[in-house]
Amino acid sequence: MSAIYKRELNAYFTSPIAYVVYAVASFFAGLLFVATVLEGDTSDMTYLFRNMTTIIIMMIPILTMKLFSEEKNKKTEQGLLTAPVNLLQIVMGKISAAVTVYALLMVLFIIYALIISFFVTPSWVLIGSNILGLLLFGTTLIAIDTFISSLTESQVIAAILSIGAGLLLTSISMFKNMVDIDFVNDIIDSIEMMGRYENFTLGMVKFSDVIFFLSISVLFIFFTIKVLERRRWN
Amino acid sequence: MIEVKNLVKKYGDKVAVNNVSFTVNEGEILGFLGPNGAGKSTTMNIITGYLSSTSGTVTIDGCEILDDPKGAKSKIGYLPEIPPLYQDMTVKRYLEFVYDLKRVTLPRKEHLAEVCKVTKITDVYGRVIKNLSKGYRQRVGFAQALIGNPPVIILDEPTVGLDPKQIIEMRNLIRGLGKKHTVILSSHVLSEIQAVCDRIVVINNGQLVADESTEEITTNFTGMKRIQLHIDGNDNTVLMTLRDVDGVTRVRKVMRTIDGFTEYIVESKAENDVRKAIFRAMAKVDCPIVMMRNAEVSLEDAFLRITAGETQVNRKGGR
Repeated sequence: MSAIYKRELNAYFTSPIAYVVYAVASFFAGLLFVATVLEGDTSDMTYLFRNMTTIIIMMIPILTMKLFSEEKNKKTEQGLLTAPVNLLQIVMGKISAAVTVYALLMVLFIIYALIISFFVTPSWVLIGSNILGLLLFGTTLIAIDTFISSLTESQVIAAILSIGAGLLLTSISMFKNMVDIDFVNDIIDSIEMMGRYENFTLGMVKFSDVIFFLSISVLFIFFTIKVLERRRWN
Repeated sequence: MIEVKNLVKKYGDKVAVNNVSFTVNEGEILGFLGPNGAGKSTTMNIITGYLSSTSGTVTIDGCEILDDPKGAKSKIGYLPEIPPLYQDMTVKRYLEFVYDLKRVTLPRKEHLAEVCKVTKITDVYGRVIKNLSKGYRQRVGFAQALIGNPPVIILDEPTVGLDPKQIIEMRNLIRGLGKKHTVILSSHVLSEIQAVCDRIVVINNGQLVADESTEEITTNFTGMKRIQLHIDGNDNTVLMTLRDVDGVTRVRKVMRTIDGFTEYIVESKAENDVRKAIFRAMAKVDCPIVMMRNAEVSLEDAFLRITAGETQVNRKGGR
């Protein structure tokens, strides 16, 4: 696992991918920070964190799109799958590299908190819960988008489908009550991510929310392994 | 060392590998021969654990590839048809990655230096893979297979796309491996396999059609003479008469020639000269020979004949 993790991490930083993602994400985060916190003369970053999800939905597919699709396309997966490692190690190596790159982005919010601390003591607990929420939200998306990447040989298709999946999962509550079937609404309720994420932005770290995000991640890691396994049999 | 038993691989209704069995002994270099699309790569992919077979087993040094994939895979170095190279990495980084991936315990620096020396890539060690020539890339792929000194080396068409000088170098390299490793080498070029392999397995349409030592295959198919004939006459009469000629082992009608005659290929044992007898027999049935010449029997012909399934080759070895 560590070999794959190291290789993927290296690939992110020896290519422009990680830097482009950081640049774009911090540009928009910076705009939001200036517009809502500095201009609004407040120490409340809730608005910033809530709007970060949109940016992250666009950025994470860029990190995950090549993870498996490129391996398949360039036939390098043959090297991985014939090496003495199991599929879980391969998938975990790749996902944890993407999570690492993503987690480094959180440094941004610590910098913002430090800027606030020049004027007023920020609520560190609130910021901590926000960062934890954003981390869990991103990790879940990474797991889902990695799964999507394992389905196709094309990075572009993987990226577009991933953006679509992210948008759907965060906006699905809008479709609630459109149909008058309890069963459907129950499903929408149970996979709705935004409500759970918003709890974190309000400083509420609920155990059930943490489990929710982690279990979806585990589920999609499992799906990814199944996709790779299935390919061997076809 | 390697035991392949009743291997079957189906893609839907299409049978890619049909009941293939063979064994490879320790230190042996086995040539895996067959036309493109015969099932060579599929078989190799199954042996290395990249694909799963529909039925049948593969055992590498006592480890079954499905029951103990880690154990079996750690004993194999595999160079697929397209080397699994990450284009953006330097050779050094890539080989270090493979070293880590395979969890090799040999001293890292020395081992990698040795592999590079053997495959002659030391001078491109610091370069990015995508900037390397095809020959170097192939050798980096080869180096990747050698990392960890696995007892079994599997090479899928390792000389495709190389220039003649590189092919010779590659052959020497493979021959050198045979002393310390068990090697399976696939190719659709017979002469290449003949140059390095101890034994040849021929596969066609997913089926094993021959399994013999290189020597046997060569003598079986070069110990004969072949005559090319253009004859004017009724096909059946000509074929019957030719077959009756003393010393003739095989007759085949090839095609209609442009000038309206028919071309035949007649085969005989190398020690028999059947040309005069053919002349007399044809004169007797009034079918004039308008052209007769000796045709070369090459290993390529032998290969084509085996894969066309025209002759029954006795199967032994792995059976």
